[in-house]
Amino acid sequence: MEWIDFAAPTTVSEAVGLLAQHGDRARMIAGGTDILVQLRGGRRSLDLIVDAKGIPELNEISYDPQNGLTLGAAAPCYRIYGNQTVADAYPGLMDAATLIGGIQIQGRASIGGNLCNAAPSGDSIPPVIVLGGVCNIAGPNGTRQVAAEDFCTGPGRNVLENNEMLVSINFPAPQPHAGANYLRFIPRNEMDIAIAGVGSSVVLDDSGQNFVSARISLASVAPIPVFASEAAASLAGKPVSDEAIQAASELAIEASSPIDDMRGTIRQRRHLIGVLTRRTLNNAVQRARGG
Amino acid sequence: MPGLVHVQTTINGDEVNFLCEPRQSLLECLRDVLGMTGSKEGCNDGNCGACTVLFDGRIVDSCLVLGVEAQGKEITTIEGLATPEGLHPIQQAFLENAALQCGICTPGFIVASKGLLDNEPDADEARVRHWLAGNLCRCTGYDKIVRAVLDAGQQMRQ
Repeated sequence: MEWIDFAAPTTVSEAVGLLAQHGDRARMIAGGTDILVQLRGGRRSLDLIVDAKGIPELNEISYDPQNGLTLGAAAPCYRIYGNQTVADAYPGLMDAATLIGGIQIQGRASIGGNLCNAAPSGDSIPPVIVLGGVCNIAGPNGTRQVAAEDFCTGPGRNVLENNEMLVSINFPAPQPHAGANYLRFIPRNEMDIAIAGVGSSVVLDDSGQNFVSARISLASVAPIPVFASEAAASLAGKPVSDEAIQAASELAIEASSPIDDMRGTIRQRRHLIGVLTRRTLNNAVQRARGG
Repeated sequence: MPGLVHVQTTINGDEVNFLCEPRQSLLECLRDVLGMTGSKEGCNDGNCGACTVLFDGRIVDSCLVLGVEAQGKEITTIEGLATPEGLHPIQQAFLENAALQCGICTPGFIVASKGLLDNEPDADEARVRHWLAGNLCRCTGYDKIVRAVLDAGQQMRQ
């Protein structure tokens, strides 16, 4: 690696100023578990690393049952699943926070960083999408909000301009009779990159027998994490049944556009999306029913 | 030309000052700047865990931490486990269970295990295996390592 400077700002405006000054030669770092590997491997070149961890808003984890969760972009996974209130309110998010990397990685890696890295396989991105996450972005002209499903624009690419940064992610408060789940398929038990992953969330009616609405998002089967809106919309108003879930899983497969690569084939990935969509929908229904 | 950065930190209970380039990993600073070669470089990209250290009490891969981030932190490396009185119970258990062969992964496994057993000395086998998923060993097949950690937990509970 060539010489790279390091800055540790303590305010959002100071960080934005540094980003604006250095353009595409500067990037924010939270846990660094992606960006340091990219720098060392020659896949990225920078003049300045801007540490996100000294900025209070980026470390925030605050929840209340009315307004939901504000998750600072640099909050590491262990602090998220170590917060019992948040873990109880958003089990679908915990599914991802507890399986990204190993314990060492979870001590550093953040969900905000996972979003900014914008890998199609990012395990936390489908749960953020299906839980209705909204990204709070700061730039020189103030702040803007982008829905999580619109944040990633290509492999390693996102909506951030060079002078912008992700500050936090807002999640709406959990609704009654709602549940979510994320599952991925990897050939090992731990520490691997998803061949395919699916996040699902459902809202059921008071009887717990009918879908009010659903959201489904897919990992590792397209250039960006997929928001499978048609698959999810097919469930709205239907009774909870194997037939409805099967039909949604077939639409989820159609929403995917996987490639053959060293981790898996198109055929395997399409099959996995069907299986994982059905399993995550069933698990989300269980959670929505309080199970 | 920018200058080296002065970092003040605590390593194994001692205040330590060093100079480093901002791009250098904590692992490079430990090994190449400070001469503390107990922490090993395996993959250098966060997969193998051979460089595991305790960073404010949490296990991290020191290859994925910048040396400059050590400013004001408390770090424990493998060099900080044994005392003049003898080996740490985890080190002793690794010896007694023959939980090492080539030894390159061993410092990382022992420090990672300390990160678990300090808080959960009663961790069961499933918990130990899950906790150590971020540490790779190409020699032992893991069983002896897991047995050693469970034994050490028993020692540490007493």
